[in-house]
Amino acid sequence: MPIDVPARVLANRRLSDDYNVLTLDAPAIGAAAQPGQFVMLKPGTGADPLLRRPFSIFEVLRDDRGAAAAITILSKRIGPSTRLIFDAVPGRRVDCLGPLGRPFTSVAPPSGAWMIAGGVGLAPFATLAEALTSRGVPTTLFYGARRGGELFYLDFFRALGVELILTTEDGSVGERSRVVAPLERRLAERSASAPLMLYACGPEPMLAAVARASARYGRPCQISVERIMGCGLGGCYSCVVPMRADDGAVHHVRSCIAGPVLAADRVVWG
Amino acid sequence: MDLSVRIGSLTLKNPLVAASGCFGYGVEYAEVVDLSTLGAIVSKGLFLEPREGHPSPRIVETPAGMLNAIGLQGIGARRFVDEKLPELRARGATVIVNVCGTTLDEYVEVSRVVSDAEGVAAIELNISCPNIKEGGIQFGCSLNGTFDVVSAVRKATRLPVVPKLTPNVTDVASFAHAAEDAGADAVSLVNTFLAMVIDVESRRPKISNVVGGLSGPAIRPIAVRMVWECRQTVKIPILGMGGIADARDALEFLIAGANAVQIGTANFVDPFIWGKVLDGITDYMERHGVARVADLVGSLDTREEAADLT
Ligand SMILES: Cc1cc2nc3c(=O)[nH]c(=O)nc-3n(C[C@H](O)[C@H](O)[C@H](O)COP(=O)(O)O)c2cc1C
Repeated sequence: MPIDVPARVLANRRLSDDYNVLTLDAPAIGAAAQPGQFVMLKPGTGADPLLRRPFSIFEVLRDDRGAAAAITILSKRIGPSTRLIFDAVPGRRVDCLGPLGRPFTSVAPPSGAWMIAGGVGLAPFATLAEALTSRGVPTTLFYGARRGGELFYLDFFRALGVELILTTEDGSVGERSRVVAPLERRLAERSASAPLMLYACGPEPMLAAVARASARYGRPCQISVERIMGCGLGGCYSCVVPMRADDGAVHHVRSCIAGPVLAADRVVWG
Repeated sequence: MDLSVRIGSLTLKNPLVAASGCFGYGVEYAEVVDLSTLGAIVSKGLFLEPREGHPSPRIVETPAGMLNAIGLQGIGARRFVDEKLPELRARGATVIVNVCGTTLDEYVEVSRVVSDAEGVAAIELNISCPNIKEGGIQFGCSLNGTFDVVSAVRKATRLPVVPKLTPNVTDVASFAHAAEDAGADAVSLVNTFLAMVIDVESRRPKISNVVGGLSGPAIRPIAVRMVWECRQTVKIPILGMGGIADARDALEFLIAGANAVQIGTANFVDPFIWGKVLDGITDYMERHGVARVADLVGSLDTREEAADLT
């Protein structure tokens, strides 16, 4: 059951000129959250901006006894709301509704797990990586960005024992390519009998490419979509994604309640 | 304190109603609000058959508001009756169905389907959706069309019939009048204002349907004025809406002449808004010594002496 917390900003760490990690005093949401779920944030008060914005729950910060103490979100400054989030000072109130949406479905060994992230699409994978590695699942992160300065939290993933495969568009760190290129190579190399689950989050063209690759190699793939959302609760039908049903018909599915995690092989790409 | 309001033969336990298209089918919100505590909930607009609606993007935020062109995606009247109504009944919700049609016959047919079902309290006739090509607003933008569709549905059901009026006309009160003449039990207003937003860099419209309906606080003063005009013209109850985001906003509509109010866009921002607005209204009634919320309806004071005192 989602709750609305008038959360205070506990910290705001700028990672670059437009990325930041905001720590929010919303332990109850953190305690209930599962990897892949999101919150609807209202960083301003009043009518401008009016609507909340969806953000993946990036981390659940825990106290010494392991209890959830706060959540963080990873944000990229794009519009008015993300600008407020970029500029939010500690103590500021940010209304935080969550946790919302259908989480990732985890896997267990001997299955491997490959997470594919593009840019701010890294957000849902910190908690997923914790869940997977705690179960002993061999986990790899394919992570692409425009440049090396926009690849974040690498030490966090390394500390969990996650294998990192990095790409940048300018070649400053890792391979100079889109993140799908090394993914395709690895898919081709991997023995078909070794079970594997793919998880992807990032820009739509990247998700479409990952979906195609996963289909070509017969691998199940869960994608987390980021659509414009009005409410996050299934009320407004803004965030729909065209998806193919069992009977072959295409329906507009609300990504806030049927997702944000969706089966890649059902999504109809534009 | 008496919070109940009457809409024709229907009594609502309080004047707060969830607006069509802004509350899903109601069941989506059962975890966050006790549906039985709302005056009523209005379903998403329903045709006879399911519809998929428009492609994305379907909404864009505007100053103090939003533009939407969902395109009336919906599961159709029969599936609503079979799949959603039982749960709504079990949860004690008062259900008003928002009935759509592309032809007069379809309005009548959908009204029959929902009238035959157990647990529908009233029909809200959507003759005002700006986002679909055929039907709907064609009826709502013509006085004869409004009269005809309301009369036809009136004959086909025993439920209260509440046409929902569009603000995209010169004189909305004349449409309220036509609806009253045709036998409407009440009117709802306003639906959204036809509007448009352009991305100047790409010169592309911001939503796929190019034009859409504007809602939220930005439209409130216009909606209040329209409710007030209708109150001067018709005797039937009015369900007023447009940009209500707190108790003060709701009270404006009641004082202007609405018997009940609907909340749409603000529920997206705060799904827990219902209790807050109701508390605010009861606080106000206490402060002003008002025993019945019905006594506030149309209580606008336009005397010149009163203005002199302020
Ligand atoms: C996303 C969205 C969907 C809507 N869908 C419907 C609908 O199906 N039927 C209808 O009669 N009105 C629909 N409306 C209009 C609202 O019910 C209401 O009349 C309008 O939004 C003004 O109220 P508000 O400012 O409180 O939102 C919709 C509005 C929005 C924002």
